[in-house]
Amino acid sequence: MQHENPKHKHHHPGYGTYILVWLALLAFTSITVTIAGVNLGRYTLFVALLIAAIKSSLVVNIFMHIKFEEKIFKVFLALSGMTLVVIFALTFFDFIYR
Amino acid sequence: MMGQTAVAVKADNFYHQSTNKYSGILSWLLTIDHKRIGLMYMVSIIFFFLVGVIVGVLMRLELMAPGKTIVDAQTYNALFTLHGVIMIFLFIIPGLPAIFGNFFLPIQIGARDVAFPRLNLLSYYLYVIGAVLALLSLVLPGGPIDTGWTFYIPYSVRSTTNISLPLLAAFILGFSSILTGLNFITTVHRLRAPGMGFFKMPLFVWATYATAWVQIIATPVVGITILLVIIERLFGVGIFDPALGGDPILFQHMFWIYSHPAVYIMILPAMGVVSEIIPTFSRRTIFGYTAIAMSSLAIAFVGYLVWAHHMFTSGMSDTARWIFSLLTFLVALPSGVKVFNWVATMYKGSIDPQPPFLWVMAFIFLFSIGGLTGLVLGALATDVHVHDTYFVVAHFHFVMFGGTGTIFFAALHYWFPKMFGRMYNVKFARISVATFFIGFMLLYFPKFIMGYMGMPRRYYDYLPQFANLQMISTIGSWILSGTIFFIVGYLLHALFKGPKAPSNPWGGVTLEWHIQSPPIMENFKTIPTITHEPYDFSQLKEMKNA
Repeated sequence: MQHENPKHKHHHPGYGTYILVWLALLAFTSITVTIAGVNLGRYTLFVALLIAAIKSSLVVNIFMHIKFEEKIFKVFLALSGMTLVVIFALTFFDFIYR
Repeated sequence: MMGQTAVAVKADNFYHQSTNKYSGILSWLLTIDHKRIGLMYMVSIIFFFLVGVIVGVLMRLELMAPGKTIVDAQTYNALFTLHGVIMIFLFIIPGLPAIFGNFFLPIQIGARDVAFPRLNLLSYYLYVIGAVLALLSLVLPGGPIDTGWTFYIPYSVRSTTNISLPLLAAFILGFSSILTGLNFITTVHRLRAPGMGFFKMPLFVWATYATAWVQIIATPVVGITILLVIIERLFGVGIFDPALGGDPILFQHMFWIYSHPAVYIMILPAMGVVSEIIPTFSRRTIFGYTAIAMSSLAIAFVGYLVWAHHMFTSGMSDTARWIFSLLTFLVALPSGVKVFNWVATMYKGSIDPQPPFLWVMAFIFLFSIGGLTGLVLGALATDVHVHDTYFVVAHFHFVMFGGTGTIFFAALHYWFPKMFGRMYNVKFARISVATFFIGFMLLYFPKFIMGYMGMPRRYYDYLPQFANLQMISTIGSWILSGTIFFIVGYLLHALFKGPKAPSNPWGGVTLEWHIQSPPIMENFKTIPTITHEPYDFSQLKEMKNA
């Protein structure tokens, strides 16, 4: 930690935020489980992925501190996120039209 | 040249300077010097390559005549799996980046080492652990894995041979690859010498940099896929096996989402080496530097989006099939950009046909055949006809062995004097390019014909009409493997008895040719300031006067 750039400010969210995020994650998990029992037809997968995306963005931004990091980290994260989206989209060209 | 007796290599080089308190074997095993780690990779990778060659020759011996020749069908299944796993995971994926990337990437950008030297050593040990586990799985009860190197579901869930252990080995090897990629990207971003802008980097660095991105972004996918297969085998969770409610085509998607970009992990560094060798032996700056650099990135990017062309006959949707076919044709464009630029570089150059250049010529010929037959496979209609035949086997051996394998030898002959400070017998080297080429064509070209005629891959027996072509192919395997052992022989001889090599035997101008052979520990006495373009041959005069 001695090598930190002195100009770089660290914002640490308080315990309250962490607990709120944790509760939100639990809530989304229970929504996922509940929705799994509902027949949404062709939208099942999209809803599941949407909830998963919200959950992971909470984890990445708050628990993994990306929200408070420098731009370069966000750019690289966005790059790998975009790759994942492209891979999903191309795979769905198979899955949806099968 | 071979007549001279051994010349003492200068004592002030990295062979005599340890990075730790140990001397002897421990100074190597615990080293954090990128050059020593590169050489340790070299010893391990060439060892596994030779094992893979021997396994390949055994397969060809079995196929010499119809019916059982030397092994039974189950052993043959194990042999082709072993050949594939060793050649892909232990030789061709790590080959160029781990050996030559480690040794030359830091030198070519004017750095003293990679950004994370200890992580570099860890990557090496992960490679060794993965390799040992893969070999261990061959002798443990259950027997060697027989799924083919692609581990396709559902057979890989149901086979009673050792599957989980070699899968775990591939998982660990993946981490080695990821960490190497991470190291190279950081090194390129953070450790370039003053004046070394991105567009003054040698093209080998560009290619290795593009490769490193693929290593980081694609490898985790195969890691997860492997873990899911292991979970399915151990706990019966239905992820891929249709009998358990899983989706076998999902496995193929996930496997190829990594394994197709892995093809570019294999070929991109080779293209980088070609872009080094051609200017040096043409005494002419590279034609279209920016186009070559950008085409490396384009290949890395588009190469990401074509994986399902391995699955045209798997039962995937028609929409996906034409989309992936279209994308596959697109990836041929940046590869074509490179080939045309290489040929244009030679135009009106002052060509010096030394062994590394001859290897590159063999590469351009063989790789072009491999690339063009790839279009046959990328087109939906023809793929249906030739899928899972020898045509596919011939195609990827032309691309991977004729491409990356040939360039592995080119790089070895190009940088050997720099790495070891010794010169090999140039006459032997020239002869070996010729016999390599003859053996290669005899071994693999008949497979195109047999494939077109309908000979399926991975069969240990065949119909009588294939007997002559199979025999020619087997004879080719003797010439090719004989050449490979001959090369290893004269290079080993040169290592101990070869005459001393000058610091710049080929007249190269990238940074590694500015320093002594073999280099000192940390490469440079003072970090150079870069003022020239990477392939500016007007520097040669200054270098001679220096």
